[in-house]
Amino acid sequence: MKAKLERITLLGPGLGYLTALMVVPLALVLSYTIFQRGRFGGLVYEPTTENFRRAVDPLYLDVLVTSVWIAGVTTLLALLIGYPTAYVIAHLPKRAKTIALVALVLPFWTNFLIRTYAWIVLLSPAGLVNDALTGWGLVDEPLQLLYTKPAIIAGLLYSYLPLMVLPLYASLEKQDGHLLEAAANLGARPARAFWTVTLPLTLPAMLTGCVFVFVPSLGNFVVPELLGGGRTAMVGNLVRDQFLKARDWPFGATLALAVVAMLVVLLLIQAWSGRRLQGSDHA
Amino acid sequence: MTSLLTITDVRRSFGDVTALDGVSLDIREGEFFALLGPSGCGKTTLLRILAGFESPDAGTVTLGADDLTAIPAHRRPVNLMFQSYALFPHLSVEKNVAYGLEREKLGRAEIRERVGEVLDRVGLAGAAKRRPHQLSGGQRQRVALARAIVKRPRLLLLDEPLSALDRKVRAEMQLWLKQLQHEVGITFVVVTHDQEEAMSMADRIAVLNHGRVEQVDTPVALYGAPRTHFVADFIGGNNFFAGTAVPGGLLDGTVLPGLPSVPDTIAEGDAAVLAVRPEQIRIGTGLDDAVLRGTVLDVSFYGGTSRFAVRVADRATPIQVQRQGAPGFVPDQEVDLSWSEAEAVLIQPAASG
Repeated sequence: MKAKLERITLLGPGLGYLTALMVVPLALVLSYTIFQRGRFGGLVYEPTTENFRRAVDPLYLDVLVTSVWIAGVTTLLALLIGYPTAYVIAHLPKRAKTIALVALVLPFWTNFLIRTYAWIVLLSPAGLVNDALTGWGLVDEPLQLLYTKPAIIAGLLYSYLPLMVLPLYASLEKQDGHLLEAAANLGARPARAFWTVTLPLTLPAMLTGCVFVFVPSLGNFVVPELLGGGRTAMVGNLVRDQFLKARDWPFGATLALAVVAMLVVLLLIQAWSGRRLQGSDHA
Repeated sequence: MTSLLTITDVRRSFGDVTALDGVSLDIREGEFFALLGPSGCGKTTLLRILAGFESPDAGTVTLGADDLTAIPAHRRPVNLMFQSYALFPHLSVEKNVAYGLEREKLGRAEIRERVGEVLDRVGLAGAAKRRPHQLSGGQRQRVALARAIVKRPRLLLLDEPLSALDRKVRAEMQLWLKQLQHEVGITFVVVTHDQEEAMSMADRIAVLNHGRVEQVDTPVALYGAPRTHFVADFIGGNNFFAGTAVPGGLLDGTVLPGLPSVPDTIAEGDAAVLAVRPEQIRIGTGLDDAVLRGTVLDVSFYGGTSRFAVRVADRATPIQVQRQGAPGFVPDQEVDLSWSEAEAVLIQPAASG
């Protein structure tokens, strides 16, 4: 009885906060999906399925697919770049390790918008990248780098790469060094030991990192706005526009629901495979 | 017996710490050998050199006719059972055991057969599909052992094999390990700081201290005829007396009987130490051949044996005595202590430092 009371007391503040400020608003937004928009915004409480029909219209479906594609490529690149980075950091001497980790999270101390603007400076026709390319005679005319999908991917990758590196680093760091020695002792050359021991043991961390990068990439609307020039709309932009520009709350809520549903499925997959992959964590 | 592993003058330092200071050993084919010493004596470094995780700064290690130090770790016919077992947590028991065979590119059928066979031997055939975290400590240890012996190494290294087990399981494993070694005929080298572990299992023991080999001998010889002060002190209990060697003993106020553990190493008049084991000392009243007289300070009864601490005039440390059965003496009682020449050893005093 006492234990129960203790549990409620301890969980109370956190649960209350989440319920009031996340579960309730989310439920409200999701409930909008079955109503109609009012003439000047707001809601008309008449049930309709129109919002869902519109959402699967090729026009919007396309944006959703593009968003998933961009977020997917970003995640894949983050994994390919983040894994070696995490691996090297985990094997640095203690002092250098601390410095590398601080350097990794340092960009977070700067405003997200400012960091994204910096990419405009880098990628614009008169920017640093084009200056260098033309200066070295690699291209005759400045390339159109800004306002392209690669620019969006570069921006997202830059922003969210640390979210891939950190879980991977944590996993690699705590890995028992004796396991690799055991693999060597049993006849595995270093590359083989990496593939059969290190990599499988970091799979859960890879999944975590992928979710950490994919989720905010998918919903991001600042980077596509600034680096995509509004030409390549992602689903985040669409939701924002529906709520703030078109004042079509019900449709915006429907699109938001689509994103949330996709992410929930993704998280379920991650939780399920994470449990399957690493029984040892539950010992 | 032919020698399998020859270690010659191996040295290794880490920074200004000398881990191995010229170690030479000869380990025979089919032998159960133990490297015994306190922590920091260099035994683990030596083990890691044998496994290929460290290289010696100087000296040679040969296995049969091969220079072992020239072979990378993953190609050595030497397997190691880690102290922490280092089982792969993401693989089942059978996959753990099969790991080493898969690296040898053996056929699936042969791997399955050999894994099944070795799991049978260690009594884990029923646990083949389980993951390491689902096993008890003793079971994990047997998996680690199975994983190492399935490769049929020429040399099996065991790093503190029993230290992680509780007392009851330990005693069983001790016996079982020795039987297993007999059955598979692989040369075992056990590294341990636990003298009981080494004494009960090994055919021969090398006692290491400060990166040097103090003595290599059978357990009985190590116990009965320690060559150095360190060995006499490290293995079993001992009473020490410092003095000058005289024929048939040591002059320390009175003449205490004893013989040099190594003949001709101590000449008359040399400074020497006499070591006599508690159970070699007879305790009684009115003994004809009393060597020392003293007062019983403390009596403790351990069931099978009784132990006494006896204060002798002019000696700072009480003398430890042990005898079979009930004590028979009480504190403050005057007693005689005696032992004969053959029951005590004369050794050279410990080198200073």
